[in-house]
Amino acid sequence: MKKTGAQIVNECLVQEGVKVVFGYPGGAIMPVHDAMLDYPIHHVLTRHEQGAVFAADGYARTTGDVGVCIATSGPGATNLVTGIATAMMDSSPVICITGQVAAHLIGGDAFQEVDVTGITLPITKHNYLVTSADQLAEVFKEAFFIARSGRPGPVLIDICKNAQVEEAEFDYPKEISLPGYKPPKHADMNLLEDAAKMIGEAKRPVILAGHGVLMSGAMEDLRLFAEKTQTPVAMTLLGLGSIPASHPYSLGMMGMHGEAYCNQAIQNSDLLLAFGMRFDDRVTGHLRTYAPRARKIHVEIDPSEIDKNVEVDVPLVGDLKTVLEDITPIVSPKDNEEWLDQIKEWREETEARDILSWPDEEKLHSAHVIRDFWQKTGGDSIVTTGVGQHQMWAAQYYQFEQPYKFITSGGAGTMGFGLPSALGAWFANPDKEVWTVEGDGSFQMSLNELATVVQEGANIKILLINNSYLGMVRQWQEFFFDKRYAATPITGPDFVKLSEAYGVPAKRVTKSGDMENAIEFAQNTPGPVLIEYQVEKEESVYPMVPAGAALDEMIRRPITQKKASS
Amino acid sequence: MQHTLIAKVENKPGVLNRVASLFRRRNFNIESLNVGQTENPDISRMTIVVENKGNNAKIVEANLYKLVNVIDVQDLTNQPTVTRDLALIKVKVDAIKRAEVVNLANIFRAKIVDVASDSVIVEIAGTEEKIEGLVELLSPFGILEMVRTGQVAMMRGDSPGVRHTPGANGHQSNNNKNTKVN
Ligand SMILES: Cc1ncc(C[n+]2csc(CCOP(=O)(O)OP(=O)(O)O)c2C)c(N)n1
Ligand SMILES: [Mg+2]
Repeated sequence: MKKTGAQIVNECLVQEGVKVVFGYPGGAIMPVHDAMLDYPIHHVLTRHEQGAVFAADGYARTTGDVGVCIATSGPGATNLVTGIATAMMDSSPVICITGQVAAHLIGGDAFQEVDVTGITLPITKHNYLVTSADQLAEVFKEAFFIARSGRPGPVLIDICKNAQVEEAEFDYPKEISLPGYKPPKHADMNLLEDAAKMIGEAKRPVILAGHGVLMSGAMEDLRLFAEKTQTPVAMTLLGLGSIPASHPYSLGMMGMHGEAYCNQAIQNSDLLLAFGMRFDDRVTGHLRTYAPRARKIHVEIDPSEIDKNVEVDVPLVGDLKTVLEDITPIVSPKDNEEWLDQIKEWREETEARDILSWPDEEKLHSAHVIRDFWQKTGGDSIVTTGVGQHQMWAAQYYQFEQPYKFITSGGAGTMGFGLPSALGAWFANPDKEVWTVEGDGSFQMSLNELATVVQEGANIKILLINNSYLGMVRQWQEFFFDKRYAATPITGPDFVKLSEAYGVPAKRVTKSGDMENAIEFAQNTPGPVLIEYQVEKEESVYPMVPAGAALDEMIRRPITQKKASS
Repeated sequence: MQHTLIAKVENKPGVLNRVASLFRRRNFNIESLNVGQTENPDISRMTIVVENKGNNAKIVEANLYKLVNVIDVQDLTNQPTVTRDLALIKVKVDAIKRAEVVNLANIFRAKIVDVASDSVIVEIAGTEEKIEGLVELLSPFGILEMVRTGQVAMMRGDSPGVRHTPGANGHQSNNNKNTKVN
């Protein structure tokens, strides 16, 4: 049956199981929005296109399925750019649909014409320019497949106005033909055996669990492998939730703001098992000093990650879950007691230094705030974040027991991600508790989306860590720029009043004594709520591996601080 | 040393741009890049010559596979191959010098494809070394203009090139240096 291109777009979305899209209208995409009224697809009007792509990303990361956003041509499309780059860096499956001027006008600088496929070429996994309606069905089928398979990533579909209006025969393809796109599944059998041998020989192995664990759904396989080989599991920021925080083999987070004992374990390891992670500079520290005595096995679906940052001994290119299913039966059970005991010792030292072990003296420390939040939500909430110190505190002090619960911009570190990604997460999980941990700087980049939250009745709770600074940058200035606080003191509105003006009940907490009922207030109030914590202004995130230092050369929390307060 | 890679890509609009953009984005320095048709109208073939620092060739290969339109990449370096470059060289000559240039061209089995009163165009096809040899000898006459196509290459017989990257696009690696375990 013949349909208009705009109808075909919606037909394709329905075929792919899409129930909600996040977007913003405009001239070049009007036919698609118009047709959407006739389909069972809910359109969420964000207050900025960047919010739409962040929301689609949050949707994707909490479900493992594709999130969809939609924008008009020109400025609408360019407003997506930061969000697309964010999704690309974190391999998040997002489909971006943009309007484009009519095909015959392309290249003529028509009103709101921007070369969006050109602009997004390096920040998408793939992109398409659709110039006629008959291309649409095939393009959508391919785009969804590409976005969610292999190493996932954003795919942009730029649709000329004429292609939305003209008619074409609609028949959703069952098969696709992509001769250049066959994501690997099983790793090379010989290499697998080499890896098994190395694992057998190792005395101080550490697993490095990355985002790939969640994306291939390999949590259970990871646990079985770790338990069989008695190998502790360090997680990247995006790998949190790979194994429950309370699991005896969990080492928590590695890297720049990772647990000290976790970094010590990595540096002293004789075998690193990198599972779906890419040795980002934020987790390796200085490369030449990285885990100098460790052999390395890298399980990775994207061959271009092999030897990119760290040269490895055995590359296992394949889907992590499949590779673990293949390798676990051929490794022999191990006893690494001595190694685990050594790590335990480091861990005790770390814990003694932790601010959680110190009295708060009525002061409001962010770490205490996050711990309180973690305890009151039973470690069971979906938590999205902005970027900065609050993000790191959330990662350090919220103990994630489950995967797909911690949603944060890792590779790009994009401020403004928190609230809109929570919106997307809530649409994917309307029955779960959804919180966003925001910084005062990050929140001010996206607080316009409060209106969207209210319009949609989204049950999102906002935990605002207000330190009156762009705190993470201030911390760098404190450590490396002689405390010259250039461009980092930041004011904000009265966040409680602002929130209430949007129709969001709010509460302010200024000292530790007031912390008591704040989270309960949010939990017991239906709909969105904001809690502002006016925390200690000049606190730093510890430990910290300075850029260019070895992973175990961490700046630790000054012990004098403890003495002073106890 | 240089590495010569062959990439088979889908013959679709914009694919060359994707490849070029990838090289820029990943900071790869490309010596030459040649694109042409193949026996299959749906597939184009690229010959890519890269300076081989470290494991550059392998990294270029692996990154090419990130592009959805790239079907196969092989490294032909140190394999039995035929490589050809084509050059047109416009040389400054007067009536007296012309004979000398014609002579040189003959020795190199190059062709004179245009003769003007004060210049000739020499056409030569061959390996890079052969072309560079002729260019060197023609330089003293004065080269007015030169254009080269960049290398194209093909394996002899049915021997395959080297694939460094295990698992990429369903291909097995045949580079046994992938593991350092003995
Ligand atoms: C879009 C964007 N611009 C700038 C930065 C650099 N940056 C990283 S953290 C940070 C400070 C964030 O401040 P805030 O949200 O208040 O968080 P805090 O560190 O104070 O917890 C800045 C400016 C960034 N990551 N993203
Ligand atoms: Mg702040």
